[in-house]
Amino acid sequence: MSSLAYTVADSATMLRRNLKHQLRYPSLTIMLAGFPIVFLLLFVYVFGGQLGAELAGPGAGGRGAYLTYVVPGILIITVASAALGTAISVATDMTAGIIDRFRTMAISRAAVLTGHVVGSLLQTLAVLVLVVGVSAAIGFRSHASAGEWLAAAGVLALFAFALIWLSAALGLAARSVETASNTPMFLTLLPFLSSGFVPTASMPAGLRQFAEYEPFTPVTQTVRGLLTGGAIGAHAIAAIAWSVGIALASYLWAVRLYNRRQAAGPT
Amino acid sequence: MTISPTVPAIGASAVRKSFGEHIVLDGVDLTVAEGTVFSLLGPNGTGKTTMVRILSTLIPADSGNVRVGGHDVVTNPDAVRALIGVTGQFSAVDNLLTGEENLRLMADLRHLGRQAGRRRIAELLERFDLTGVARKPLSTYSGGMRRRLDLAMTLVGNPSVIFLDEPTTGLDPRSRRTMWQIIRELVAGGVTIFLTTQYLDEADELADHVAVLDHGRIVAEGTPAELKRRIPGGHIQLRFAGPDALRAAVNMIPNATPDDDQLILQVPGDGSIASLRRVLDELDDARITVEHLSIHTPDLDDVFFAVTGHAAVGPATRQQEEALQP
Repeated sequence: MSSLAYTVADSATMLRRNLKHQLRYPSLTIMLAGFPIVFLLLFVYVFGGQLGAELAGPGAGGRGAYLTYVVPGILIITVASAALGTAISVATDMTAGIIDRFRTMAISRAAVLTGHVVGSLLQTLAVLVLVVGVSAAIGFRSHASAGEWLAAAGVLALFAFALIWLSAALGLAARSVETASNTPMFLTLLPFLSSGFVPTASMPAGLRQFAEYEPFTPVTQTVRGLLTGGAIGAHAIAAIAWSVGIALASYLWAVRLYNRRQAAGPT
Repeated sequence: MTISPTVPAIGASAVRKSFGEHIVLDGVDLTVAEGTVFSLLGPNGTGKTTMVRILSTLIPADSGNVRVGGHDVVTNPDAVRALIGVTGQFSAVDNLLTGEENLRLMADLRHLGRQAGRRRIAELLERFDLTGVARKPLSTYSGGMRRRLDLAMTLVGNPSVIFLDEPTTGLDPRSRRTMWQIIRELVAGGVTIFLTTQYLDEADELADHVAVLDHGRIVAEGTPAELKRRIPGGHIQLRFAGPDALRAAVNMIPNATPDDDQLILQVPGDGSIASLRRVLDELDDARITVEHLSIHTPDLDDVFFAVTGHAAVGPATRQQEEALQP
């Protein structure tokens, strides 16, 4: 086998390991799925009546309209909260003895992290399917074509990929599992400071500017445009550019941290 | 993969390593011949684990040259990694998987292939007496079982050089014996073992060559027999019923060292039956009653004390004790 074939084979082995962890100990996955579902129900049933009444545009007013508006935001917060799990699982792994064993074996350096990232990505996609299912069950309807659904899934997957690499890097940077579970928390705050839950136009000036320029807004607007109609325009390009940029920077940071960590072990 | 016979399995020269201000290794040289057991002996915190981490490519030395199987650990780490297996002091197992899945993981990472991997896993489970618990999660494993699984995982890839960092620390006596037996079998199969231990009897039991590490330096090196020869011989220890008997015995036997508090007399000797009989006959003739007798042959504990100036940490000195019935 060539070295690329080894890298792929080793990464697949590590992926299997991470998927087994997820299946055997589903509590983390349940927590990651539960968080956006609770938010969905909370926003639709508690705030939805009032927020929906304020929505401008076609079909404005009411809980149903707010459901249509908020589902893309919920899908984004799903991606953000699922990414938190990566930091926790990476940090847990780094404190375990087995990582030293991997480092004394002739296996591809990238395999350990790739296994985590791809495992988290599959986990995120599964959770997204669940959240879409719950949304549909409480009345969410989309007129999107199969192609538009696929495009929306692609945009969400790419964004998830970026946030997962960022979370993996944060997990590696953390000195303990506790820290690793806290540092990426800001990721779950950013969707609220975007167009995810209310239109940015309703925000005060300074916050509105932040919301319009932060990465969660273009991703939300792109998904919203694809699933429930509305202008996408430059949002799609911004969404892809942000995702690729975050993914690349986080990947380089994570690999650097991973390589450096092995150089400074305890006695 | 095999190692050329002209090249030592492990060769290290002038290895230095500091963590911040703290000097852990201060110029360590060592050579390990292929197919032998080399034991690095020392109390906790003397740099044994650091040495293993350097030899097994986990961390770089600050300076010095380290080769394993003829390959430089810094410039060609993957060639070294293909040859070695490491079982550390903290179990390097995946706690969320079963025993069999842990071995499967190793087989996959060693690219053994489905058939060969399955055979090797079954063979190792059998050999390490883990077949019955192969599909149980590790949370149900005892300390000894985890350690055996750990070593089994190390052996999946048939390494020719194995690093065992305190492999029996924390194990019960029976599990220790089992581990020793496994190590002997490995050596019989031609594997080179680099063993660190703080237990002197373990080095005595297993090692062909022992190096004593103290404060980052090797302070003594040789076969266990050579090391024992370098220090003063053994002694007979006699305990008496009262101070009078002890005094009388001191007056009779030259070179003996009394301990008045414990009513003990140490008589230097080679531990032979003849010298033992001579001492006992003399005491008998003088009608001095000995309460208790023990023969102390020099062991690595004495060596350790002699070369480092402080006692080793470990189980109590092994003595061949024989109660003497009056």
